[in-house]
Amino acid sequence: MAEATIFNAEALFNMALLTGLAVLTFGIARLRNLFGVVVLASIYSFLMATVLVVLDAVDVAMTEASVGAGVSAVLLLSALHLTRMEEAKPMRSTLLPLFVAGVTGAVLVWGTLDLPDFGDPTQPIHAAGPDYLERTVPETGIANAVTSTLASYRGFDTLGETTVIFTAGIAVLVLLKRGTRRRNPKPGEGGDAL
Amino acid sequence: MNLVGTLNEFVGHYNQWIVIFLMVAGLYVVVARGNMIKKLIGLSLFQTSVYLLYISPGKLLGGTAPIIAEGFTVYSDPLPHVLILTAIVVGVATLALGLALVVRINEAYGTIEEDEIFSRNDQD
Repeated sequence: MAEATIFNAEALFNMALLTGLAVLTFGIARLRNLFGVVVLASIYSFLMATVLVVLDAVDVAMTEASVGAGVSAVLLLSALHLTRMEEAKPMRSTLLPLFVAGVTGAVLVWGTLDLPDFGDPTQPIHAAGPDYLERTVPETGIANAVTSTLASYRGFDTLGETTVIFTAGIAVLVLLKRGTRRRNPKPGEGGDAL
Repeated sequence: MNLVGTLNEFVGHYNQWIVIFLMVAGLYVVVARGNMIKKLIGLSLFQTSVYLLYISPGKLLGGTAPIIAEGFTVYSDPLPHVLILTAIVVGVATLALGLALVVRINEAYGTIEEDEIFSRNDQD
């Protein structure tokens, strides 16, 4: 198994894509036109999906491309349609947030110096993975270890996820329905108090 | 340390540093920007940085996607992929709920800028 070195093509390709992500992030933070920001965020999600393919997470890449670049963009554009496209100039100084973000980043970078290198096969995160990989075909008959882990071994996670989506869906419906009733109050029935 | 050693150290930690950059950029957008849709996009940036934080240590160089097939012996770790699949879907649920709240705020106040909403509340 190869170590992460400057001569490893996989590591270098990964680094080039990640640099692209960082540049896009800079654009997203700077741009004031919200339509442009949504388009950049969509490109960001596709680039993130490409990075995930390079990192062997094909299932996650597929989800990120459809949900991150597709569904999120549709939701954001719908919200822009209902509100407005331009962001106002900030009234407060951005120095304090910059300082907080900078200090947080510096502390985190200091923390990474003790972390294992990229692609290191001996790091503790690999303690459980080989077990799932060995058991997937004999126990479930599914070749894709991600599918078998998601649906069989960690099915309760997926149940919890479904509950979250259900709750969020109901909350969105309730919020938006209240809005339409407020706009067109029936005779003799005022809008709801805020 | 010689030059190649320093560069190898750089390659070994580059993923983590990009994750940190995306994370603090998301944090900055959430704190500094007054527009609520921009804030939610900053929150999404923060979330995607966490996807990368989980997925990149699971990668084995020279490995392949964790789909068992003949001719391959080295697979990347499937467990972080499973966790992040859940996180992505929960992330879009959060975004949808946040956007619904923004639409409601816009109906009630006629603006989605934090500063304008605060000044209006102060007048009342």
